[in-house]
Amino acid sequence: MSLTSKFKEAMVGLKAGRVTLDYPAHPRPVPENFRGRPIFDAQKCIGCAACANNCPAREILVLDVCQEVRILKYLGRRCTYCGRCSDVCPEKAITMSHEFETATNKISDVHQRLDLFMSTCQRCGRCFKETSPLEQLKLKGYRFDDLENERWIFRSRSFLESEPLVDDIKIELD
Amino acid sequence: MLRNLCQKMFGRSLWVYHANSGGCNGCDIEVLNVLTPYYDVERFGIKLVGSPRHADVMLCQGPAMRSTARALRCAYDAMPAPKLVFAIGGCACGGGIWHDSYPVLGPVEKVIPVNFYIPGCPPRPEAIIYGVAVAVGLVDKKVSPVEFKQLQMPIPRYHPSDLRGEGEMVVYEKAEKI
Repeated sequence: MSLTSKFKEAMVGLKAGRVTLDYPAHPRPVPENFRGRPIFDAQKCIGCAACANNCPAREILVLDVCQEVRILKYLGRRCTYCGRCSDVCPEKAITMSHEFETATNKISDVHQRLDLFMSTCQRCGRCFKETSPLEQLKLKGYRFDDLENERWIFRSRSFLESEPLVDDIKIELD
Repeated sequence: MLRNLCQKMFGRSLWVYHANSGGCNGCDIEVLNVLTPYYDVERFGIKLVGSPRHADVMLCQGPAMRSTARALRCAYDAMPAPKLVFAIGGCACGGGIWHDSYPVLGPVEKVIPVNFYIPGCPPRPEAIIYGVAVAVGLVDKKVSPVEFKQLQMPIPRYHPSDLRGEGEMVVYEKAEKI
C-alpha cells in the first residue's frame, strides 16, 4: 500500500466529520408521522370504549363503578403505539403525540386514568353491542375490568355490583 | 434516592449485558443501534459484555417466556451484587401483545426485579439513551401519571325504570327533579 492511498483514506475519514449525536444534551426532533404515546382528552371522550375493544394489546381497561361514572384506564406498558385507538375514536379524543422519552423507574408513571361522566340511555340504560337483538334488549353491558390486577375481563355484565363504589342510586339486579 | 445510589454505585461506567428472553429482535436491533457510532453510548462509558458475570446492568428484551424464565433468573443471579435491570420494550415492561397466551409468563418483573422501564415497541434509540441518562442521573424523567377524577359527581337522579313509553315518545317521569 502506497503512501498516497493512505493519504486518500485519511481524507475520506476526515471528510465524514463527527457523526455522533449529542442527544441527551440537545433534543432530537422526531419525523412528522411519528406515533408516540397516545394522549387521552377527558373533555372530548364520550366513554364508548371503542378504543378498549380495538386495542390489540388489551391495554385500555374500562370499569363501570355506577350507572353514571365509567373509569377508563390506559396502562401504557405494553402499548405498541399502533394508533388504532385514535383511528376508531369517534370524537378524536385520542391523539398520538410525539412523546417518546417515556423511561421511568415506576411503570405507573405511564398510566392515564379518566373518570368519565356517562349519561343514561333512555331506552336500555347503557348502549352496547351484543350477539342477538334479544340479548341487546335484555342486557345492559357494563364492563368490569380488573383495575387492581390490570386484567382485561372478556365478558360484559348485565348488572352492576349491589354495592357500588360511588354511593348513588341502587340499581336493581335484573 | 435511587439516583444517588446509582451515582454512588456506578460512578465510572456501566457494563451492560444484553438478555433476550423470547422477544422478536426489534428491541435487540435498537439496542445494538445505540452502540453504533451514530448514537455513541460509549460516551457514558457503557460497554457491551458477553457474560452476565462481568456486567453491572442487564438489558432485558422480550417477555418472560415459559421456556426462558429459568435461564433469565440464572443470568440475573450470576450478576455481581450492585446490579440494575432495564426492561426495554413493551414485551419486557408489560408482557407484549401476547401477554395472555400459553408460552408467555408475563412481564420480566415477574421473574426478576426491574429498576427502569423503557416502554415502546420498539423504543427509539433516543428513548433507550434517555432511559440510560435517567438512570445515570443526567436528565430527569418526563412522564408522570395522568388522572382526571370526578371530584364532584354531577349525577342527575334518574334511572331507566322511571321511563314510561307513551306512543312514539319516551317520557321521563321524574324529569323535574333533575
